[in-house]
Amino acid sequence: MFRYMQHLGHTTISRLHYLGQSAIFILKTIFRWPKPVKSFPLLIQELFSVGVLSLPIITVSGLFIGMVVSLQGYNVLSKFSASEELGQLIALSVVRELGPVVSALLFAGRAGSALTAEIGLMKTTEQLASMEMMGVDPLWRVISPRFWAGVISLPLLSTIFCAVAIFGGYVIGVHWLGVDAGAFWNNMQGSVDFRLDVLNGAIKSIVFGCIVTWIAVYQGIATIPTAEGIGRATTRSVVYASLAVLGLDFVLTALMMGGW
Amino acid sequence: MEKDNLICITNLSFTRGKRIIFDDISLNIKRGKITAIMGPSGTGKTTLLQLIGGALKPDHGSIELNGDNVSKLSQSKLYQLRKRIGMLFQSGALFTNLSVFENVAFPLREHTQLSEELIRYLVLMKLQAVGLRGARHLMPSELSGGMSRRVALARAMVLDPELMMYDEPFTGQDPISMGVLVKLIKELNTALGMTSIIVSHDVPETASIADEIYVLSEGKIVGSGTPQLLATDNNPYVNQFMHGLPDGVVPFHYPADEYVLDVFGEEY
Repeated sequence: MFRYMQHLGHTTISRLHYLGQSAIFILKTIFRWPKPVKSFPLLIQELFSVGVLSLPIITVSGLFIGMVVSLQGYNVLSKFSASEELGQLIALSVVRELGPVVSALLFAGRAGSALTAEIGLMKTTEQLASMEMMGVDPLWRVISPRFWAGVISLPLLSTIFCAVAIFGGYVIGVHWLGVDAGAFWNNMQGSVDFRLDVLNGAIKSIVFGCIVTWIAVYQGIATIPTAEGIGRATTRSVVYASLAVLGLDFVLTALMMGGW
Repeated sequence: MEKDNLICITNLSFTRGKRIIFDDISLNIKRGKITAIMGPSGTGKTTLLQLIGGALKPDHGSIELNGDNVSKLSQSKLYQLRKRIGMLFQSGALFTNLSVFENVAFPLREHTQLSEELIRYLVLMKLQAVGLRGARHLMPSELSGGMSRRVALARAMVLDPELMMYDEPFTGQDPISMGVLVKLIKELNTALGMTSIIVSHDVPETASIADEIYVLSEGKIVGSGTPQLLATDNNPYVNQFMHGLPDGVVPFHYPADEYVLDVFGEEY
C-alpha cells in the first residue's frame, strides 16, 4: 500500500513537472520578442505547410461529413414531417460541434504529427543544437513560426470545413432528397445565431488550434533523439491532441451552453 | 601566460545523474593552436565541447573564454559569444530543407545585414576553401558523408570564428575524405588564425595535426602534452590508448564471472 502511494505520488509529481515544463516552453514561445522582417516570411512558409497542405483532407472530410449528416438527418426528420428543418440541423451540428472538433482532430493527425516528426528529426540530427551553437534561438527560428501558423490555420480550416460540409449537406438534401431549397436556406438563416453558434464555434477552433499546436511542437522538442523516440513522440502528439480536443470540447460546450 | 590561452578550464566537475563525467579537471586551450581532446567513447569529450559552448552548465568550476565565464553569461550574451565560435558536429547537422549554398549562407543571413551580392561572394569563397563550390545547388540528401562534413565546416567558419570546435570530425570517413578533412583543419587553422579544439578517438589523424593533446579517462585527465611526448608516455592507460592495444588497463572483457563456470555451471 505504501509503495503504491509512493508510486502514485511520484507519477503525479513527474506529470506535473512535465506539464509545467511544457507550459514554460509555450509561454517562452508566445512572449518571444518579434522580429517582423525575418519572422514574416517564416510564418508564411509555415502557414503554407501547416495550413494550405491540410486543405485537401479538410475539404474532402467536410464534404462527406455534410453529406452523411444530411442523409441521417433527413431520415429522422422525415419521420416527423420536419424534413424542411434539414438546413437548420446541418448548420447547427456543423458550426457548433462537427466543424471545430473534426477539423481539429484531422489537423492533429495531418499537421500536428508532421510538426512533431519534423522538429523531432531536427533534434535527432542535431540541427537544433547546431542552430543554438550558431547563436540562433531555435525557439524563435523553428518553434514560434510553426506554433503561430497552427494557431492561425486551424480556425480558417474549420471555417472552410463548415462551408464545405453545409454545401455537401445542401447537395444531398436539396438535389438528391428533394428538400425545398428556399426552406433549406431560410431555416438555416433563421436558426443560426452569430454569437451563440458561429462565434462560439470560432472560439472553440482558436482554443483547439492553440492546444493541438502546443502539444505538437512540445512533443517534437521533447523527443528522445532516436528513431523509436520520434515514432513515440508522433504517436503521443496525435493521441494527446485528440484527447485534449475532445475533453476541452466538453468543457467549452458546457460553459457555452451554461449561458456563458 | 593568460594571454596565450583562449580558454581556461579550472576545477571543472560535471555529473549526469549519478555518473561523474568530469571530476575536478583543469586545462588550457592555447590561442592559435590545435588542441585535441582524446579518449575512448563515453568519456565525455563531446560533453566538454557542450560545456565550452555553454549548452551545458558545470556543477563546479569555471570555463573562461577570452576572460568571459561561459556558464555565468546571460542567454543574449551567450548567443553573442557563440557568433565567435564555430562548431562542426559529428553528423554535420546540415539543415535538410536548405541547399548547400543556403546552409552556408544561414549564419550570414541570421547575424548580418550584408547584401545578397556580398553573401554570395562570401559563401562561394568558403565553399571554394572546402572544395565544394560546384556542389552549391545540391541538397544535403544528395551529399556523401565526407561532403556533408565539408559543407558543415564551410558553414561553421563562414563568420570567421576565433574558435573552431570539431566533434569527431574523422569518424566514419573513407581514407580520402579523412585526408581531406585533416588537411582542411590544419590549413584553415593556420590561414585564418583560429584556435581549434578537436574531439576525437582517431589517434594517427589527430596526432598528425594537433599541437597539444589531452587524454581523458573516467572523468580525469590522464595524460597531456605534444603528440610526440604522449607517444612515449609511460602511463599505462595513455600507452594503451595511443597505441590502440586491445587489452591492458582497459580490459578486453566486460566484467563477468569466470568463463568456464559461467558456461558449464557449478557441476563442472
